[in-house]
Amino acid sequence: MAEYKWPEADKRSLIGKRISRVDGPQKVSGRAKYSYDINRPGMLFGKIVRSPHAHAKITSIDTSAAERMPGVKAVHVVQEAGTELFWAGASVVAVAAVDEATAEDAARAIKVVYEVLPHLVNDKDPKGAGSNAKPSAAQVTGDPDKAFAEAELTLEGFYGLPVITHCCLEPHGSVMEWEGEQNVLAHHSTQAVSGAPAQIARPLEIPAANVRCVQDHIGGGFGSKFGPDEWDITAARLSKKAGKPVKMFNERDAVLMVAGARPSAHAKVKIALKKDGTLTGWQSESWASGGMGSGGSPPLPYLFTIPNQRKQHTAIVNNIGSARAWRAPGHPQGCAITMTALEDAAAALKMDPLEFFLKNLEMTGARAPIYREELGIAADLIGWKPNWHERGDKTAGSIKRGMGLSLHTWGGLGHPSDCDLTIYPDGSIEMKMGTQDLGTGTRTTVMIVVADTLGLPLEAVKLTIGDSRLPTSGGSGGSTTIGGVSASARRASLDALDALFAKVTQSLNADPNELEAIGGKIQVKGHPDRSLTWQQACQKLGGMPLTVRGKNPGPGSLINQGVGGVQMADVSVDVETGIVRMNRMVAVQDCGLIIDLKTAESQVYGALIMGVCYALYEEKIMDQKLGRMLNPNMEFYKLAGIGDIGDLKVHMMTGKGYDERGVIGLGEPPVISPGAAISNAVANAIGVRVPTLPLTPDKVLAALEQKGGRKDASI
Amino acid sequence: MRAFEYASATTKEQAVGLLGNNWDDAAVLAGGTDLLSLMKDDVVHPKRLVNIKEIAELRGIRAGQPLRSKPQIKLLSIGALTTVQELIDDRQLQSYRALVQAAEGIASPQIRAMGTVGGDLCQRPRCWYYRAGYGLLAKDANGEALVPSGENRYHAILGNQGPAYFVSPSSLAPALIAHDAALIVVGPKGARDIAAEEFFTIPVAEGEREHNLKPNELLTLILLPLAAGEKSATYEVRQKEALDWPLATASVALKMDGDKVSAARVALGHVAPIPWRSREAEAALVGKTISEATAQAAGEAAVSQAKALSSNGYKIQLARVAVKRAILDAARGGAK
Amino acid sequence: MRDDDDKVGEKEGISRRNFLKVSGISLTVPLVLGPRMVRAGGADVKVFGPGKVPVTLTINGKAMKTEIEPRVTLLDALRNELDVTGAKRVCDRATCGACTVIVDGKPAYSCTVLAIEAQGKPITTAEGLMQGDKLHPVQQAFVDNDAQQCGFCTPGFVVACKAFLDKHPNPTPEQVQKGLGGNLCRCGTYIGVRAAVLQAASQQKGGRRNG
Repeated sequence: MAEYKWPEADKRSLIGKRISRVDGPQKVSGRAKYSYDINRPGMLFGKIVRSPHAHAKITSIDTSAAERMPGVKAVHVVQEAGTELFWAGASVVAVAAVDEATAEDAARAIKVVYEVLPHLVNDKDPKGAGSNAKPSAAQVTGDPDKAFAEAELTLEGFYGLPVITHCCLEPHGSVMEWEGEQNVLAHHSTQAVSGAPAQIARPLEIPAANVRCVQDHIGGGFGSKFGPDEWDITAARLSKKAGKPVKMFNERDAVLMVAGARPSAHAKVKIALKKDGTLTGWQSESWASGGMGSGGSPPLPYLFTIPNQRKQHTAIVNNIGSARAWRAPGHPQGCAITMTALEDAAAALKMDPLEFFLKNLEMTGARAPIYREELGIAADLIGWKPNWHERGDKTAGSIKRGMGLSLHTWGGLGHPSDCDLTIYPDGSIEMKMGTQDLGTGTRTTVMIVVADTLGLPLEAVKLTIGDSRLPTSGGSGGSTTIGGVSASARRASLDALDALFAKVTQSLNADPNELEAIGGKIQVKGHPDRSLTWQQACQKLGGMPLTVRGKNPGPGSLINQGVGGVQMADVSVDVETGIVRMNRMVAVQDCGLIIDLKTAESQVYGALIMGVCYALYEEKIMDQKLGRMLNPNMEFYKLAGIGDIGDLKVHMMTGKGYDERGVIGLGEPPVISPGAAISNAVANAIGVRVPTLPLTPDKVLAALEQKGGRKDASI
Repeated sequence: MRAFEYASATTKEQAVGLLGNNWDDAAVLAGGTDLLSLMKDDVVHPKRLVNIKEIAELRGIRAGQPLRSKPQIKLLSIGALTTVQELIDDRQLQSYRALVQAAEGIASPQIRAMGTVGGDLCQRPRCWYYRAGYGLLAKDANGEALVPSGENRYHAILGNQGPAYFVSPSSLAPALIAHDAALIVVGPKGARDIAAEEFFTIPVAEGEREHNLKPNELLTLILLPLAAGEKSATYEVRQKEALDWPLATASVALKMDGDKVSAARVALGHVAPIPWRSREAEAALVGKTISEATAQAAGEAAVSQAKALSSNGYKIQLARVAVKRAILDAARGGAK
Repeated sequence: MRDDDDKVGEKEGISRRNFLKVSGISLTVPLVLGPRMVRAGGADVKVFGPGKVPVTLTINGKAMKTEIEPRVTLLDALRNELDVTGAKRVCDRATCGACTVIVDGKPAYSCTVLAIEAQGKPITTAEGLMQGDKLHPVQQAFVDNDAQQCGFCTPGFVVACKAFLDKHPNPTPEQVQKGLGGNLCRCGTYIGVRAAVLQAASQQKGGRRNG
């Protein structure tokens, strides 16, 4: 019976090494096929007529002109006359035609009349939101009144982040292919291949068993591509009507308008402190909008369990489209509000925030020792001690430099994951798993686990993922993929090895538990002379291959949850123009046992860059009068380019104290802190808090003006 | 994009012949970097595109014929089809530092390789209300202006008394105005020349354009007077290093008499519906030596008439700083 | 130029009449028609469309024929008509660079070039950079430095980097940061891209030239 644990450090041939992602060559050469790249024989192109109004009722729909157009093969009314629509960009009618241009002409020829209803698209002020504001009851712990009455220092501030969007580069959509009477083949851009059939089948009223979802590669998800969307179902309906496959992918404006929004968060915060920096009380009055649903309330105060709290949150329901999970839901918001408020408190005490956070670190709970170690490493990497100065860079000139830091946490564990590992008598190996690779390196890590366990090179493993007919594996969200797939792959590999050992005991004249797989051989532990090559061993299988099912959850302790990370930012701010430039950023991150150091680091680098984007640039800009998004494009929905991110340094916590915890996901944690770390660095540079993200020139200049600083420093 | 017919002209006369009397009849296709986006957004829908990229005489940079109106001035002529990258790479333009710096501000090598000088001057404003189909003057269904009460963080601070609130998007125009360029426009009746500054106009009614080309005219050449002894520079305030629209820019060209400014031309970009020539800033410079204080005073003068909309007041500061920094840079690094 | 006045006016009149005639055609009939001749500027000029017209594109050294309307972009012709899907449609507005191809030796956003105007010019996509089964040095450098995550921006970025290195064979790190401002990545792979460009450049210096 196998012992289900990870190999000791000296026994790892591939795990934890720097390994290039296995699908890299496909991606760099344009040969990797994404769902958007799928072209099928006779395929039609779908287009959607969308509501231009943020809130309206459909009065009438006239599709007759479109239906008469040559080349138009199907028209589907998504929302009938009389239906109420709750955001601009909501689908009303869809068409499928022989090419995109014809589909576009047909969509333009459809006449929809709306009764326009009142809307709300901003979230600036919960008091002005009327009945759209949904206050929750206050939550109280300890005795906040006493804490504030006895506080040696009380600090008040306002902080916030706007609604942003995922802006996945591959738009949301599918190629839907209705086959025969009741079968659907879905080439769907999704974070959950195994889960897709049931969700596609339900609205179509066909058995889920008749739906197959396939996806080789996905061009970004970030939390916004779980369920199939209305437009995916619409594509299937059009395909059924037309009897042809239909490609339906959102245009970029629709991606930004309707395909996901990260809820905003704003808070008026009050903090009670002792003069030595000890936190004694927290009070927050927060509000957030996540569209028509609740955006959820951000975790406040984040990470630090401050004694004596009073919190009250108000959800603002508005007409901006629907909220979707965005990497580490709630955490970037909670983190940005809390860590900036705490840094303001440190500044008020003229304390180095590093000392201030260390002073209160026990309030972070069990991971305090990890944070302590990480803070030390990060401080060394960025040169905190020699370079940090009190708030406000006092040097001459218009360029002010500053540093800021932040801490974060996230869960992990692993989603349910099944896989089938087959060893063929010729020694070849196939792994099948219904998972997906979001670009996080899932393919590579599964192959590393299998190859390392079987004592073989990476290339020996053939891996098939991205098909709902493969053994079920969970959706990729919440940093649970690596835990799930690595655990099921490890269990399958260990079980397969056990079964193989049983076949070779006679030849090697040893007990199965005396055997090991190492360097392409099965050998008696420590006796290379008593061995079979992998191929020789597999020949003992006889005529039939060996297949084992690996599962997560399962026996043994392979995965864990709860990681901590620390980030520090170094920025320059031009106080004459309000423009913030990144100099450096350091991320120190723990995530248990790392399977592939290269792709793990890439994910942290990526999170830092995504963090720079939302700290400095990103905002879903809505016009309250029109109820529309004004920047549904990539010119004014700004993302950082290669020259905007400064120098980045990632340090992964590995080795003793980390590896033995098991595998923990990394998708969410490192994207949580950048907003706070960068905002703190800007405050440290210019001597005043810019209260809300993104830190755009208008806001930086406004903060400086409020501080009464000079507008024009000498050069 | 709506359907259109397509023709490729090989001479400018052919191109003019293929254009129409109305803007919706035909549009000139050069680099396409703006036109095709406008068509995809259904903001313009010409029935015909006239590709001018095969017109060889519109390419390249060479010594030009003097203008009839100013025969004494030697000129450098830039074909309207010259790409932004060609501007940057051409050694003949080394003395036009403001122009080259402005070209370098277009941070995408793809745009620089595709986009043409003529296209940069003729591109349409990026005002998000205009691009969303509310017209260049951005009015709602009731005819009410959207910009003053709406999201105007990127809109005009000068020349913004209405009804136009958008900003001129041209990167090169302020520099060309600073360098005192003239443009040659060819129409059915032949060629006309016009000062770069006068090419741009502020529309007062919907349907009017922000430049004075007619639908059947073609911008063919940009003429630069020789810039010997001139000190010039462009300073862009841009949030991103990567491709990004500037928030405010200033181009200045200074003629020096010893260490004193004998003549100055100052033009601002992205602050007004047209590239904004600032005679106030120019007046503040003439007769002065360049110092932090005189540059600052010129910056102040440049925005003396500026008026903030509800949320673009910060751009007044940016414009002031852009002028100051362009002047100081010109004085410091101004090439011959 | 003045001498041409009369001629231009005369030809313009001819073209106007033809122009008005064609404007009456229904713009959605997908017929494939040859060009019409229109008199303009003293010459007969071919006018194509608005219906489908035969178009031949030279993609990665291979002539590929299709029939499309003049309004079809090079990007859409590649992806939808010719099944060359390395170039991606992301912003579709000449901003993000995911559709970057090399046209006539220069980097171009293929979303903003009409297929009909790209005829006769060599077009290279990410697929075409490969030398047989071997990755181009820039591509190999992207793999080695993990300059990709989801990979959707990657083919365009690879092509942009190839064009950049053609122009700047020995770039400084600063040039890399300033010279690749026309491509956006959402996963955040820029650190890998910077390293990849410098690696590819140093390999070129080592004697190997880019294809």
